[in-house]
Amino acid sequence: MEQAQADSSDQPEQTAGASGRFVDIHQEFLRPGQAPLAAINSISFELNAGTLVTLLGPSGCGKTTFLRIAAGLVRATSGIVQINGKDVTEPQPDFGIAFQQSNLMPWRTVLRNVLFPMEIRHENGRAALQRATELLALVGLQGFEGSYPVELSGGMQQRVALCRALIHRPKLLLMDEPFGALDELTRMEMQDLLLDMRAKTGATLLFVTHSISEAIYLSDVVVVFSRRPAVIADYIEVKLPYPRTPEMRYRVEFTELEHRAGRALGITR
Amino acid sequence: MSWRTLRRGIYPFFGTAIIVALWQAYTGIFAVSRIVLPSPAEIMLASLARYDLLLRETWPTFLESVCGFALAMLIGVPLAVCVANSRPLNLTLYPILVATQSVPKVAIAPIILVWFGLGIQSKLAIAFLVAFFPIVVDTATGLQSTPSGLIELARALRASPFQVFTKVQFPAALPFIFSGAKVAVTLAVIGAVIGEFVGSVSGLGNLLLSANSQLDTALAWAALVWLSILGIALFALVALAERLLMPWTRAGHG
Repeated sequence: MEQAQADSSDQPEQTAGASGRFVDIHQEFLRPGQAPLAAINSISFELNAGTLVTLLGPSGCGKTTFLRIAAGLVRATSGIVQINGKDVTEPQPDFGIAFQQSNLMPWRTVLRNVLFPMEIRHENGRAALQRATELLALVGLQGFEGSYPVELSGGMQQRVALCRALIHRPKLLLMDEPFGALDELTRMEMQDLLLDMRAKTGATLLFVTHSISEAIYLSDVVVVFSRRPAVIADYIEVKLPYPRTPEMRYRVEFTELEHRAGRALGITR
Repeated sequence: MSWRTLRRGIYPFFGTAIIVALWQAYTGIFAVSRIVLPSPAEIMLASLARYDLLLRETWPTFLESVCGFALAMLIGVPLAVCVANSRPLNLTLYPILVATQSVPKVAIAPIILVWFGLGIQSKLAIAFLVAFFPIVVDTATGLQSTPSGLIELARALRASPFQVFTKVQFPAALPFIFSGAKVAVTLAVIGAVIGEFVGSVSGLGNLLLSANSQLDTALAWAALVWLSILGIALFALVALAERLLMPWTRAGHG
């Protein structure tokens, strides 16, 4: 009903992205026989509607844990996660999620993998089917609807995972190093694809990566995490205009921002 | 492609052919008594000459194996679901399962015969007992080794526990269930024959025993060949079901 209306318009995808805030997030892990491990130590920042915010940090710094807290998969030891005015204590229906592993189900075809969230919501009708087909076409996978994940390359699998994350028109998309396992060229291609899809959907995006250039290239805001226990080492607003193009990677502003992020991470002086 | 499929058939065929030829030559050259070891040709002749008898005796053995196997699936899979998803049930049932498994089935066959009589029921029960364990163990292992990423995804999508089971956990366990079923179905045939050995009035095991006692060794061997064909055929049926129900395992290798 709602879909049918939206499908006929020129921009079928646009939804209002979620806004939110994280206030004084702490996370400790209890270890048997040892002192609790402090993973995240007081992190606060705002998430503005429709922006792309990247969490950048060394591996093991707690950025994935932070994303899981934001997703409602893990409860923080203390602190407030508020998305669209609501405290997040469990996964929300208007969240979409993608992981480093594509996590496709080998027994489902590409199309049925994309439709999986709609099946869970019992909204697996004609409109959903049409939307899944459109999404797959947008990421360049038309003709692969009936294929099984084993028949696809890593990059193609991540495209399917992206479609699956977007199928239910999430207002907040959470991505945990989704391109981490891909080769450099595929990775750059996927970054452009992601920006393209974001422009079409208008969803707010929280993106975890340990690649400095990926963070700068994608984001409105880069939140740099320190080593464990994580605190915010730097909060970088990337003023480069969208749409971003590969040429921008060689601009002075771009490399300066990379340098700044490197300093915040303690890699460069 | 066709050459490859052909080759897959040719190699096992040649392997068997070489053994049969050596066997035939051995019995011919050394003039082995047909009571001790009949030649493959004699076994083949006996198979053909008595095919109506063999066919008639195959039926009860087939029925016992298939019903025992089916019952083992029907009870084993749900039991594995309980064992895999509930810690108390796991702790309660697993030791009992292992204990039942470690009892030699040949040893309890006479007792089962006392309970169920000489008819098909006692063989079915033994076939069930033998087939049951691999099904439970493999299914439980499969249900417990669901990739954690898939469980996490389902949680993030707010799937109900029932949805997680039917849409993620169970399909992910299918390859394990089938590998258990393939072992179980061949074991079921063995179980049925054990039952027939201990006491029966029909079946290939019964025929084998009576042919042996009449020194009709060729017929006993023929019964043995038919038994192994029955086992292979049932295995092939389960393998076929696996291919049909899990088409994705074939994709990507084609």
